[in-house]
Amino acid sequence: MGPTKLEPATMLAELQESKPDRVTIVVLSGDFDRVMAAFIIATGAAAMGMQVTMFFTFWGLNVIRREGATSGAKDLLRRMFGFLNKGGAGRLPLSRFHFLGLGTCMMKQVMRQNRMPGIAELRETAQDLGVKFIACTTTMGMMGVTKDTLIEGVDQLAGVSTYLAEARQGSVNLFI
Amino acid sequence: MLKSDVQLDTLGYFCPMPIIMTSKKIKELTLGQVLEVVSDDEGIKKDMPAWCQTTGHEMVGLEEETKDDSRIYKAFVKKSK
Repeated sequence: MGPTKLEPATMLAELQESKPDRVTIVVLSGDFDRVMAAFIIATGAAAMGMQVTMFFTFWGLNVIRREGATSGAKDLLRRMFGFLNKGGAGRLPLSRFHFLGLGTCMMKQVMRQNRMPGIAELRETAQDLGVKFIACTTTMGMMGVTKDTLIEGVDQLAGVSTYLAEARQGSVNLFI
Repeated sequence: MLKSDVQLDTLGYFCPMPIIMTSKKIKELTLGQVLEVVSDDEGIKKDMPAWCQTTGHEMVGLEEETKDDSRIYKAFVKKSK
């Protein structure tokens, strides 16, 4: 059965009616502060009824890896890299004042005292609100990150075409 | 004094939590009911009208008061869709 024929004017109106604002966010950074900004925008947009997609690549992939996940690669180099670059939302360093973890630890404490949600909570809220998570397969391959070491609820494993297909529909496209 | 049917306490929460809590709570209301969002985050003065404009609910009004040295904001949102 073919698609229903509509008058052009009706079609446009219907499209506009049915098309929610779309937001895409590329999360390249694995810095605590930048990722926090990304999630605040994502959850805020979702709460405003927008359709949000987050594309996690390079260091950003750590955000959707399980806590402490290492590399599943066979070769020594990537295994070593995986040991230094463990995954998990709780392990992200501040971009400034990390001070071997002390600065980040203090920042988290201040946030808790002020009832501000942490990265893991923001990520959960984002998932609750229907924000779509996409993991970059290139980064996964390069770093030896396997699917089973990602958190539950990652919607797609994909590459740049998927991102662009989403982004060209988006009215807000961010790179963080 | 504006009147509301349901109250939502977001005291102590920063952006984006009041908006997220509002977007969840509004689903529990029936059409035409008014939700009162109580917040101590000044950003809500601008954020709630913006949220209403985007989501299609009606911003009925905003009240401010001082309570124990801190400013309290009450945003009134009418469920309109």
